[in-house]
Amino acid sequence: MTIRNAIRDHGQRYRPRMVCLKKAEKVLLEMQDPRTGVKSQPQRLVITTIPHAITGEDIIAWLADRFQVDPQEARSFGSMLVALGYIYPLQDHKRLVIKPDASLYRFQTPYFWPTQQWPVEDTDYAIYLAKRNIRKKGILELHEQEQYNRLHKWMNHKWDFIVMQAKEQYRAAKERKKPDRVVFECQERAYWVVHRPPPGTVSGMDYGLERRIDPNADEVTGEALRDPYEHNSSQSALVSQRSVVHVVSGRRFKYLADFDDFLPGFNSVDVPTKMRVERWTFSFGELLSDPIGRDGFRLFLKKEFSSENLAFWESCEDLKWGAAATMKEKAQQIYKTFLARGAPRWINIDGKTMEITVSGLRHPHRYVLDAAQTHIYMLMKKDKYGRYIKSPVFKDTMKKAIAPEEHKFTNRRPSLSPIILRQQEEEQRAKMAASAPVDITQVMSKLSQQGKEGKEVPPRRPSK
Amino acid sequence: MCDQTFVAATFGPCDNCTTASPLMNIYIKNEAINYCSFCVEVMACQGLQKGESLANLKRECESLKKKLEEERGKLNDVELHQVAEKVEVVGALSIKTRRVLKGHGNKVLCMDWCKDKRRLVSSSQDGKVIVWDGFTLNKEHGMTMPTTWVMACAYAPSGCAVACGGLDNKCSVIPLSLDSNENLAAKKKTVAMHTNYISGCTFTNSDMQLLSSSGDGTCALWDVESGQLLQSFHGHTADVLSLDLAPSETGNTFVSGGCDKKANVWDMRSGQNIQSFECHESDINCVKYYPSGDAFASASDDATCRFFDLRADREVAVFQKDSIIFGASTVDFSLSGRLLFAGYNDYTMNVWDVLKGNRVSILFGHENRISRVRVSPDGTALCSASWDNTLRIWA
Repeated sequence: MTIRNAIRDHGQRYRPRMVCLKKAEKVLLEMQDPRTGVKSQPQRLVITTIPHAITGEDIIAWLADRFQVDPQEARSFGSMLVALGYIYPLQDHKRLVIKPDASLYRFQTPYFWPTQQWPVEDTDYAIYLAKRNIRKKGILELHEQEQYNRLHKWMNHKWDFIVMQAKEQYRAAKERKKPDRVVFECQERAYWVVHRPPPGTVSGMDYGLERRIDPNADEVTGEALRDPYEHNSSQSALVSQRSVVHVVSGRRFKYLADFDDFLPGFNSVDVPTKMRVERWTFSFGELLSDPIGRDGFRLFLKKEFSSENLAFWESCEDLKWGAAATMKEKAQQIYKTFLARGAPRWINIDGKTMEITVSGLRHPHRYVLDAAQTHIYMLMKKDKYGRYIKSPVFKDTMKKAIAPEEHKFTNRRPSLSPIILRQQEEEQRAKMAASAPVDITQVMSKLSQQGKEGKEVPPRRPSK
Repeated sequence: MCDQTFVAATFGPCDNCTTASPLMNIYIKNEAINYCSFCVEVMACQGLQKGESLANLKRECESLKKKLEEERGKLNDVELHQVAEKVEVVGALSIKTRRVLKGHGNKVLCMDWCKDKRRLVSSSQDGKVIVWDGFTLNKEHGMTMPTTWVMACAYAPSGCAVACGGLDNKCSVIPLSLDSNENLAAKKKTVAMHTNYISGCTFTNSDMQLLSSSGDGTCALWDVESGQLLQSFHGHTADVLSLDLAPSETGNTFVSGGCDKKANVWDMRSGQNIQSFECHESDINCVKYYPSGDAFASASDDATCRFFDLRADREVAVFQKDSIIFGASTVDFSLSGRLLFAGYNDYTMNVWDVLKGNRVSILFGHENRISRVRVSPDGTALCSASWDNTLRIWA
């Protein structure tokens, strides 16, 4: 009889969540089947024989056969069973692994199987240590001695009871026959190696942090409690299933690797690789997500006099993902630049979307430009993107793209830290802002000049 | 953006509090109501109304769930592995440990890659957060958080900051600096504040916004600069253990998985729970979007990983095996999405063929539970963090 320890188990050894235990138990039962289970043999000690000892290699062979896996996996599985405490080693009892040789193991008695529901009490551990102390003084190992002292301090109030229990158990054990006693001692020792592991070993029972909700807890019933989310969400889900708009487009994916030689930083490359350029043809999203692709597209749009679309899209992205403090001003700025009547970079969206956007802008919010942004995105995707992919500029980029050489994985050069890259980018941006052309005609002449030279200059980025 | 399911977001004054905000479309007794997410929460906290009782609300819940399943079943035409029969078999993989990153003194709980495909950040049980260079094994930055069990860490898209959080219920953003004398932990800014431990965090498409999930059952979107709560997401009835942002550059959704066995897909604008999947038999430890954004995978304590399709609105594949009885704690897709790497509590990593549903390979090496597996942004390497105090890079 043990009194339930009212003090919380300090070592967080209580494990409400080990679902694997039930599954492990099923496997154990199969293993112990006299006909189809693991072959067992009696083990001879000095005078006594211990029945039902099994060898490590037999266990591994049986597991490999049962689960149709190779020996390495069977060995790993077997080791987990030992770590959980269902099988224990007879020699080298502190190392809870399966050795693929003739080392002997035994099945643990179900009395000592790890359970999901009940914690392993410190009181029982104290009784066990006290019993071993009584049997032979000085037999406790260092960590066990430390535990014993600690428990003696914490459980001082019931120490008499513990010592009495220990004595009783010791006396009862003496009355048993020698083989039974040896077996029981082995089992008990194995149990405590699993549940109070020596320091520095990996414990299979190590569970980690306890989660807030206990799956074994009884359901709370009461008038005040209801779960309206489930109720409402089930209803909404039912309705939304019928009314959700699915927009699907095929997305092919290819395995690509950007070789380190050609990518010293994020996007500060002059010439992209062939594969990178090919990736832009997969979908519009791919083109936009690659900074070099986006730059090329931006240049193309400038020539077609429709660069305000991409600029608007980028500003919307900035609004969505930017800091909340500047959100209102940004929204106003975008309105003045792109949406107001007579705006310098007026975008072409249909009347309905314009109406929604303008009315939303009265109370600006991060997602207020979503509808307009989607419209412009689709516009660019359906029209401009196709034209860009077919354009001579893009074909030129494809031709100039280099085929990267085989990567030699020998250089372990340290790469540029992203922090440095960001500083460089900001310096560059500051320089561009200081020397940027004001007139659109100047931009065009500069562009055509560059086109002749065949060099790409990073265009002026919209304010981020 | 457009390669994804669209949920038309309404925006305007809330029916209840009249502030302008993105509205959640909910239905009460088949009547559409447009409330902002705050008002929905307030409404959810009301007690039972007249004529309602816990029992009959529960019954209604069950019947609605059954109807949902029926509707889902109507669209079910063919199984994924049947379609995949025509697909070529994945060749034998030769993935080996290429690097072992030693330096943490305690269980490594989380890691994340930087967009430059080389650097990674990892956090551990004793509060240490380390930024490594994966090639050279240099530790570039190291900081100690004032809390233990730092279960969440994320690298900012710009590569100039990291976010981490854990038992302190807060998620902080730490700007990285190259000055080795600077105490990075001193410059940290507390962004997210929850009422229970932080289980996961990620930056959105910029450094300015942070999504966090917490043991208090909620997820939240925060503005990094001001620490303001932009949107909160309520719907889980237990701890939320993991979240993942949709991969599209202009994505507006994210998926979260929790201890209530549910995986929920949320609209970041309105805070609404768009889709919900309850197929697992135990806590969901990790969720990850498929590279195209149309599906996601989840790993659970019931030793299975499941694959859910958002357009078909159901689970399309279960990755399980007799010999796997330990819970899966983490999943990630390869770059193309054909392979699923799952880390388990039995110290191994299994590689699954997503389309055919069978296991391609099993990777050994760690000496304790694997807490996190992440494929590098260019798909050439895989990093696993484990409770054996090390991280391994595989390729």
